[in-house]
Amino acid sequence: MNAPIGLTGTLPGDARSRVRSADRIGDGVLYGLCMLASLLAVVTLGAIAYKVIDGASASISQFGLGFLTHSAWRPNFGIFGAGTFLYGTAVTSFAALLLAVPLGISIGLYLSMMASRRVRGVIGPLVEMLAAIPSVILGFWGILVFGPFLQAHLEPFLHRTLGFLPIFGAPSSTGSGLFNASLILTIMVVPIIASLSRDLFLAVPQELQEGATALGATRWEVLRGVVLPSAASGVAAAAFLGLGRALGEAIAVTQVIGAGDFIHVSLFQTGDTLASRIADQYQGAATPQLVASLFYLGLILMVIGLIANIAAQWIARRFDVGRVAAR
Amino acid sequence: MRPPDPSEMPATGASNVRPRVRIQTPALAHEAAQAAANARPTDALRGSPRGEQDSALTVGREAIFDVQDLSVSYGSSQAISGVTLQIHRNLITAIIGPSGCGKTTFIRSLNRMNDSVPGFTIDGKILYHGHDIYDRGVDRVEVRRRIGMVFQRPNPFPKSIYDNVAWAPRNLKMKSGLDERVERALRGAALWDEVKDRLKDSALGLSGGQQQRLCIARAIAIQPDVLLLDEPASALDPIATAAIEELMQTLKNRYTIVIVTHNMQQAARVADRTAFFNLDASDGRRTGVLVEYGDTDVMFTRPADTRTSDYVTGRFG
Ligand SMILES: Nc1ncnc2c1ncn2[C@@H]1O[C@H](COP(=O)(O)OP(=O)(O)OP(=O)(O)O)[C@@H](O)[C@H]1O
Ligand SMILES: [Mg+2]
Repeated sequence: MNAPIGLTGTLPGDARSRVRSADRIGDGVLYGLCMLASLLAVVTLGAIAYKVIDGASASISQFGLGFLTHSAWRPNFGIFGAGTFLYGTAVTSFAALLLAVPLGISIGLYLSMMASRRVRGVIGPLVEMLAAIPSVILGFWGILVFGPFLQAHLEPFLHRTLGFLPIFGAPSSTGSGLFNASLILTIMVVPIIASLSRDLFLAVPQELQEGATALGATRWEVLRGVVLPSAASGVAAAAFLGLGRALGEAIAVTQVIGAGDFIHVSLFQTGDTLASRIADQYQGAATPQLVASLFYLGLILMVIGLIANIAAQWIARRFDVGRVAAR
Repeated sequence: MRPPDPSEMPATGASNVRPRVRIQTPALAHEAAQAAANARPTDALRGSPRGEQDSALTVGREAIFDVQDLSVSYGSSQAISGVTLQIHRNLITAIIGPSGCGKTTFIRSLNRMNDSVPGFTIDGKILYHGHDIYDRGVDRVEVRRRIGMVFQRPNPFPKSIYDNVAWAPRNLKMKSGLDERVERALRGAALWDEVKDRLKDSALGLSGGQQQRLCIARAIAIQPDVLLLDEPASALDPIATAAIEELMQTLKNRYTIVIVTHNMQQAARVADRTAFFNLDASDGRRTGVLVEYGDTDVMFTRPADTRTSDYVTGRFG
């Protein structure tokens, strides 16, 4: 007998087949479970999308695409438009990214390139814990601590020094508003960008950095000339993930944005985002029209979130494909 | 020619002698030190082997590096100890020896590439044109600008061929005549004809041998004084290796070259001088030491130390 052991081995016939069939059943069960779990995710996504579209349909047929540009929202008069909330969402998310991207990259650079191993081991997890703070707690803090501070100090200061820019208008009376919401969102987005960019910087090959160092580059020149460009597309993808987070955040924003009904240029005024308006009014929604319009807001939010997510994936994929293709 | 050697003036009694001694085994070092002390007046008899004697190659040649009693440790483990040698202008100096004997450690010490390694400490002196490159106040970035390095694995930047070569000149603000500079460097690295039509293509699309020559072009684009090559051909096939070896022969007219190699034939083919490092395990720890240093033909045909002859004839290592 010189056939390969795996085929005609030394096990007696039925023992062999018992082992095999047990294996086969195990394989099958595992396969089934995993597929089911994946299917569940897809079905859930479909069910949610269906419910949101279905819930919004009355509002969609009544207001059409004009809903996007119309900025008045007066449920009592049957007037609905998403303009104010689109504006609030765009402004707060954009401002949050504007602050969080440089902050997050700096933290990432510090943790990956500059900090000693011990400091790294302490600060890294702490930054990640920032992301673990429940948003409702962050919102509380925004109301109780941040708001009064902004109102008393930061807003007057910005108005005094940069008041010629319309976005820094007269300070608010409460501390609630677009500005506060932007800063709270920044706090939420920074850990995402910081930890992702730290990992990206750590992944830049040591050999490339040494190559640049051996060419008479200073540390900063190595960072700027080799590390940052190598990680750039990854960091952009991280920023889009952060954007997704900022766009969809409802609770904390509701707590600090002031639930305003009008578009204001000044960041110190109140406003509302798509997500915060839904969180604010869905519970007490009295008319089917209001419910449908809130669903419509949700649909818009879903589409925007989807776009941000796809953008992040597209950048990440292009980045990888580009590297593989170049090999 | 070379400026007065500062280490000979203030140093402690022992190290006055030690830098000149070739045999590093502690037991022998003592005898050798005495022998050296006795033999002081006659250079030819001093200490052990031939490395010390001026050969026809080194006589009248400026020593670019004068390494004196160099010891390097990573944390508590010593990688090399008591290395003393001179590296001469426009020669190719090969560093050979078994794995782990500190060849990489040695040449990375020559341009301060080890500075960022945690636990790295250095003892002794490395004089470069008479200046200790580890002196306080020495700008290590400037050291690396003048002493270029090519690594074992080709490490081009993920940029175009042109941008790879132009990277360092741009960075060092040598921007005038950049195109000519890039062309000169690529010609210097014998790569120009192969890439002149695709300078804008990614460097990662080149073959391994081409990438390595690109790294050489990148290094010579800023006109260094010395080129350090750490096993530059170990990842390459024989044809690409031959191209690199041929290239080195032309490069040595303009640069002083130090090459680490595992390949005995390669050292015999390309190097003017050869230094043999070995692992010394006599006191229980394994430390790299310089066994013998001299003209390549002497090292390969009639070495003074049996360890050298064993190694170069392939009897061990
Ligand atoms: N970054 C480092 N940290 C700690 N120890 C190191 C480091 N680099 C090298 N060593 C140690 O120093 C000794 C010499 O290593 P080195 O890399 O210089 O040897 P080598 O002669 O270049 O070997 P090879 O021929 O395998 O490249 C080895 O014992 C090695 O483990
Ligand atoms: Mg090595």
